[in-house]
Amino acid sequence: MRNELTIKIAGEAGQGMQTIGIALCKLFKRVGLNIFSHQDVMSRIRGGNNFTQVRISDRPLYTLRRLSDIVVALDKNSVALHRRDMSSGGLLILDKKTFKISDEDSVFLDVPLYDMAKNIGGSELFVNSVALGILGGVIRIEFNNMAEILTNIFLDKSEDIIKKNIDTAKAGYDFSRENFRKDAFALETGEVRENLLMNGHDAVALGAIRAGCKFYSAYPMSPSTPIMNVIAGLAKDFNIVVEQAEDEIAAINMILGASFAGVRSMCATSGGGFALMVEGLSLSGMTETPIVVVDAQRPAPATGFPTRTEQADLDYLIHAGHGEFARAVFSPGTIEQAFYLTVRAFNLAEKYQVPVLIMTDQHLAESYRNIEMFDLDKAKVKRSIISKEDSKKITNYKRYQFTESGVSPRAIPSWIEDVVYVDSDEHTEEGHITESAQIRTRMVEKRFSKKMAGLSKEIEKPTAYNLRGAKIILIGFGSTYGVMKEVTDAVKNKKIGFVHLSQVWPFPGKEIIALLKNVKRTITVENNAAAQLARLIRRETGIKIDKSILKFDGRPFDLDFLLERLKKEL
Amino acid sequence: MPEMKDFMSNDEIAWCPGCGDFGILTAVKKALVKLGKPPKDILLTSGIGQAAKLPHYVKCNCFNGLHGRALPPAAGAKIANHALTVLVTTGDGDCYGEGGNHLIHNIRRNLDITVIVHNNQIYGLTKGQASPTTDAGYVTRVQTAGVILEPLHPLEMVIALGAGFVARGYSADSEHLSWLILEGINHKGFALIDVLQPCVTFNKKNTYEWYSKRIYKVNEDPSYNPQDKIAAFKKASEGGERIPIGIIYRVEKETYEDKSGINKRPPLVEENIENIDIGAALKDFV
Repeated sequence: MRNELTIKIAGEAGQGMQTIGIALCKLFKRVGLNIFSHQDVMSRIRGGNNFTQVRISDRPLYTLRRLSDIVVALDKNSVALHRRDMSSGGLLILDKKTFKISDEDSVFLDVPLYDMAKNIGGSELFVNSVALGILGGVIRIEFNNMAEILTNIFLDKSEDIIKKNIDTAKAGYDFSRENFRKDAFALETGEVRENLLMNGHDAVALGAIRAGCKFYSAYPMSPSTPIMNVIAGLAKDFNIVVEQAEDEIAAINMILGASFAGVRSMCATSGGGFALMVEGLSLSGMTETPIVVVDAQRPAPATGFPTRTEQADLDYLIHAGHGEFARAVFSPGTIEQAFYLTVRAFNLAEKYQVPVLIMTDQHLAESYRNIEMFDLDKAKVKRSIISKEDSKKITNYKRYQFTESGVSPRAIPSWIEDVVYVDSDEHTEEGHITESAQIRTRMVEKRFSKKMAGLSKEIEKPTAYNLRGAKIILIGFGSTYGVMKEVTDAVKNKKIGFVHLSQVWPFPGKEIIALLKNVKRTITVENNAAAQLARLIRRETGIKIDKSILKFDGRPFDLDFLLERLKKEL
Repeated sequence: MPEMKDFMSNDEIAWCPGCGDFGILTAVKKALVKLGKPPKDILLTSGIGQAAKLPHYVKCNCFNGLHGRALPPAAGAKIANHALTVLVTTGDGDCYGEGGNHLIHNIRRNLDITVIVHNNQIYGLTKGQASPTTDAGYVTRVQTAGVILEPLHPLEMVIALGAGFVARGYSADSEHLSWLILEGINHKGFALIDVLQPCVTFNKKNTYEWYSKRIYKVNEDPSYNPQDKIAAFKKASEGGERIPIGIIYRVEKETYEDKSGINKRPPLVEENIENIDIGAALKDFV
């Protein structure tokens, strides 16, 4: 029996590939399989060619494969387009009559997808459910699992719609059991567990909610928007206000106002929107107002590839903003890290009264995996404000009081018996405008040097995996965690190890020096053209990275691509 | 009840002698005394410019942010704590130029905030360039042949956009202005008070003398109905030899707080955020 399988569902934008993708993921999770699923979507609402690719196995998965074992083509275009990316012995499910295809091909499984949808469901819209049924039959999953998943997915729809979805899926299922009798794609299934199925931005949104974010403001921008959707969907249950801003400048300045007033606040955007926020980021640094900002990276410059992936904002995020001020930048590599680091971002922002940036990208944001249930004891809120009770005693308050750590006790306006002044001009300890050279020097030390020193003492440790005895150490940040992990496991005799940075600022220089000393060959794996991580390591540690494997075509790394690129090295 | 001295700031004032801002400062303080709330429950936000310095000269909570961005922090703070009285002090460049988009959309948002625009029809802090409200033909070191752009008509614009309280004040009449500010604060929703203000250093045209010849109080005319939008629009468009000050337009509207329901709950800032149980949310992902 196989121990893994990659399935691709392709069609035009608007044909519902995402819905069937999620249905498949839920189905596979239900029967105890592990999942890694990602999307490849064009920046359009109808037409073009989009696909969802779902990889399943009885062992945990972290990344994607280049070739698909099964392709479901929902339109004619998808047949030729995805035929070339199939593994040997693969199966391409298509509707030859509807697509007007007369050619024969050994991989074809011709199914009257659209006729079945129309005849049984009454509409072409049910083609997804037919396809789901076909796949279930081919992979040999019992039908009752599918019926339950469909009922669950369409819970808010009428009984009639649910029934039609189940009936069309059943027709597809019966068709494939009858017409495809091979067990070629049957999979070893695992034990069914109560774990979570989500993508990276679901995790960021849930992390923010857990962290006590009560105000979220953003201007829609791919691929950051799902964070806003998830929080808005749960806003009522958790008493959160989500406000769509008129522009990104308003978004960041609104969250600054809310945070000043005492509420944990966040905004998210992508590179172009972040560019508009940069002055506000500097204001956060100057006024020492804590905020959390997510940059969901996509290929740039300018508008770039709105729906695709890249990691080219590393240099940008660690430097963004005029002037010098402390900040932290997280670069979660997994869905789990996205959750825990978001909670940490809020705690750290409040503790140091600085902006904390979370760098994700389209690939991490929109890829699904099944993960262990979150451990909420590891995601606790730590408040760093003057409590309401202690506030009552305060009658003479200095917002920017000089302290050893550079962090002044932060009072919430209206809680204390005095007022709070904050200013974007250089200011005194009271928060009033000053031109004093002496105060200026001390304020810069407070906002920049002292806070950076504090932040540097609690940097997230890089993940180090299989370093002992490895000939090559791969180094990456953000969403390349998964591909580095699987490559490390796939190469025999433990020849490869990897180091992954989930925090890139303050840079974990000491840790990187310790991990990379005595390493024969170092290679960074980066979704950008400039080898930004390799350059940053050189700058911060003096270590010259031997090589960088770079990919900047807007698509994520896959296991096969990285294996091939490493072949020469081994 | 708070008194004038409770709103005294110990910060040194950095305006030019004779600046119209002094009259506005007095009016703000008088209005706040009449409001009767302690300074700790009042927030003034501002952007950058001479007007933006005003919050430093009043003892209140103050968020002095970026140029053009006085409104968004006010909106965020009001959403975070609707118990705060929120005022914005901004200028013609800050509010009508750099921050124009925020003005448009905060009128739509209709939070209960009061915006005081110090409109001196010139850029003071950057030393005398034309502002969005500078009269056509006015010569500056940049607009050397005179301003060729049409001036922006703020009151007509904000009435057209649907602001519920639209007024014009004059900095030299701080008694009248303090009345307008208090009315603006007491109005539920977005209130804008455009304040005509001489710039003694850079505006050689719109001087105290120039204004005093032209200004009249619109609300002294009992036949003027500020709830009539068409009449208000006509009144707002008066200019030249006769310039009306007073409440030009006033109408009750549902606020953001009403529509979002946040005013039916304690302010967000009072929420206990320690150990929020996200179990129910996680069920959707199991």
